Amino acid sequence: MIGELGHFALILALVLSLVQAIVPMIGAHRNRISLMAVARPAAQGQLLFLVFAYACLTWAFITSDFSVRLAASHSHTATPLMYKITGVWGNHEGSLLLWAMTLSIWTVAVAIFSRNLPEAFMARVLGVLGWISAGFISFTLFTSNPFARLLPAVAEGRDLNPLLQDPGMIIHPPLLYMGYVGFSVAFAFAIAALLSGRMDAAWARWSRPWTTVAWVFLTAGIAVGSGWAYYELGWGGWWFWDPVENASFMPWLLGTALIHSLAVTEKRGAFRSWTIMLAIGAFSLSLLGTFLVRSGVITSVHAFAVDPARGLYILALLVLVIGISLVLFAWRAPKLAGGGSFDLVSRDSGLLANNVLLAVVTGSVLLGTLYPLFLDALNMGKISVGPPYFEATFVPLMIPVVILMVVAPFIRWKSDTIGRFGRKLAPAMIASVALGAGVAFAVGHVTWRTVLGLSLAAWVLIGSVQLLYTRLAERRGAVAAAKLRGIPAAWWGMWLAHLGIGVFIIGVTMIGSLEAQQDMRMRAGQTTQFAGYTFTFRGVVGVDGPNYEAARATLDVHRGERLITVLTPEKRHYVASQMPMTQVALHIRPLRDLYVSLGDQLEDGSWLVSLHLKPFVSWIWAGCILMGLGGIFAAADRRYRRLAERTLPAGSTSVQTS
Amino acid sequence: MKAKFLVPLVLFLALAGFLGYGLTLNPGVVPSPLVDKPAPDFRLAKLDTPEEQFGVADMRGQVWLLNVWASWCVSCRQEHPILVELNRGGVIPVIGLNYKDERKDALGYLRDHGNPYAVTVADPDGRVGIDYGVYGTPETFLIDREGVIRYKHIGPITRDTVKNVLLPKIAELSRAG
Repeated sequence: MIGELGHFALILALVLSLVQAIVPMIGAHRNRISLMAVARPAAQGQLLFLVFAYACLTWAFITSDFSVRLAASHSHTATPLMYKITGVWGNHEGSLLLWAMTLSIWTVAVAIFSRNLPEAFMARVLGVLGWISAGFISFTLFTSNPFARLLPAVAEGRDLNPLLQDPGMIIHPPLLYMGYVGFSVAFAFAIAALLSGRMDAAWARWSRPWTTVAWVFLTAGIAVGSGWAYYELGWGGWWFWDPVENASFMPWLLGTALIHSLAVTEKRGAFRSWTIMLAIGAFSLSLLGTFLVRSGVITSVHAFAVDPARGLYILALLVLVIGISLVLFAWRAPKLAGGGSFDLVSRDSGLLANNVLLAVVTGSVLLGTLYPLFLDALNMGKISVGPPYFEATFVPLMIPVVILMVVAPFIRWKSDTIGRFGRKLAPAMIASVALGAGVAFAVGHVTWRTVLGLSLAAWVLIGSVQLLYTRLAERRGAVAAAKLRGIPAAWWGMWLAHLGIGVFIIGVTMIGSLEAQQDMRMRAGQTTQFAGYTFTFRGVVGVDGPNYEAARATLDVHRGERLITVLTPEKRHYVASQMPMTQVALHIRPLRDLYVSLGDQLEDGSWLVSLHLKPFVSWIWAGCILMGLGGIFAAADRRYRRLAERTLPAGSTSVQTS
Repeated sequence: MKAKFLVPLVLFLALAGFLGYGLTLNPGVVPSPLVDKPAPDFRLAKLDTPEEQFGVADMRGQVWLLNVWASWCVSCRQEHPILVELNRGGVIPVIGLNYKDERKDALGYLRDHGNPYAVTVADPDGRVGIDYGVYGTPETFLIDREGVIRYKHIGPITRDTVKNVLLPKIAELSRAG
């Protein structure tokens, strides 16, 4: 019964999404306020029904209603409650429902926080979101009904994949979806701009906080996913260049470009068509990611169950959404040209260069991800594209991005001379190269990779300090505290996010250079030395979890005489799904992680134990947190809120296309 | 309408064409020119004891699986438990071809996840992989007693593959000899 109610609510949500897609658009076109006003209640009603449907599905999981096929395949009576709830999105159908609900949350948020936008513009934005929503809800209903029954019901479910039974997996998909789906808001703003021909500084100012917030969610989602891979897959890697990871990384890269391009459009009125293109691109890549994960064209550990009908449906959706928006772009964008002119040496140029580089990086990741498919389709043979390709293309392209990233804030808008900011930055550049080489020498690992990585990181850190100093020196005479307070939040956002990149590079470089690992056969009572620590193996005991059986090892870790920690890695065997799992034990410190995983028992009764030293790995996540914080600061800047209270300035630089 | 603004549309439509065609291809059952041909010979060092070598000739007279894997390959983790089960059942010897991998990573992977392989040989630069037309890991070849490839599976093996494809074929090949 509950399942049928959920199904019915989903159908009602589809109807409302169609209303939201069609009526306000007609209203905006004919300038009829009463029709435009339908957008908000339709969006709110849709959210209501989607939340209800989602709650129904969750209920089936919590109560172990195995007459619902989805619950039977992805849950189990012994699954802990937390993983019953998260199991709802640990599969194709449920995650689609989450996608649709997330989109609806964004839509209602836009409707609430953008009350002061011109009514026609708002109607178009909500209309575009309605179309996307209709596409996804119908996709769910027609090809992937989460409420499908399994009659007669089975006595016991098959349980959630043990890899997903982890706290990281509780928040990874919702964060990622908030990011993916969030770009649909930037997309809807872009399409509304193309439809109305209105594309000015005010437009950029409306779009910016939404885009930035979506980017923050995506950053967090990717970071959590990477952290999950680090400790859950059991061998300590944190990025695999897996097609599905790439699927989330590509919108992130293009979204990063979009944030910067929006800044130029707001400040200088330039790059209009480029900004629109990026907004369309970032969302298109989110859709492409959805297609790759769910169509089965590429195999991956993340891939959901494969069904050609689903692949075809979502491809049709992809072609409709992206195709129509690109036609619109080709038709309208030429008239959006304009904006301030700028010299070759200017902050505008710097941002443009970084934008182009980021777009090229995105292209190279896209090419690597789809290359096997292209060649296969063209009958040109089969190749494998692995991490070596991505490292060989990604790193060299990102080096100029990072170098420019530090320089750009020192350059003036519109026109500048290399001599002026070059003189300022020369000491920093020399210092960072010296520092990079020096630190590499100090840690005893002088390779070009280490020196390059550390120098780049030093360049970002020194550059950031110098930028802050320069900013404070601008207002001579004021008290330091007043100066600090005078800096707008958006500036701090930029500063923090850039600093985060530097911290991130330190983590990546150090773990790549100084990682150490040792495999041991250990018996109870045996000790071993590793990386300056003494590990004492206390033996293995059997432990029963709620839905698994585990062998748990205990290791005392001493530094000299002092006991530092007791680590308990496990080898689990999940009963329902018959899957083994390695549960690593971690000792996390700012400068290094100790990472211990338990292997098999050998015939002579000893156990294989793998000890890892992961230097600076926390800096990778810390860098991501700084980037995310930067995004939050940028989105929270006071001028966006001021804007909300102010109506549009008369005679704004709107571009007329009619 | 200026031509340059049409470029994204044209590029996208080309991409969509490829994606559509990709839907008709099943990455799991791409026909291989190697099927029903003798398995390309190799002599490679064993992964755990590099001083010993191993080759196709050593498996003559047995029906066996050659499984191409790597520790960096995420999809391999998906099929790994199934290989472990297959090994436990003793149905068929599985020989691992460790493809473009670091020795210590590969050994660590086997230790953490269990070792389903009768023997694993190391192909660090992927030369043997080229002979076998390896397109991406994991790939699995079913080879008969005469050393002829009878079936090739691209992508992770699932329980369904084992039950509905591999086991019937293995039974058939075992009877034939």
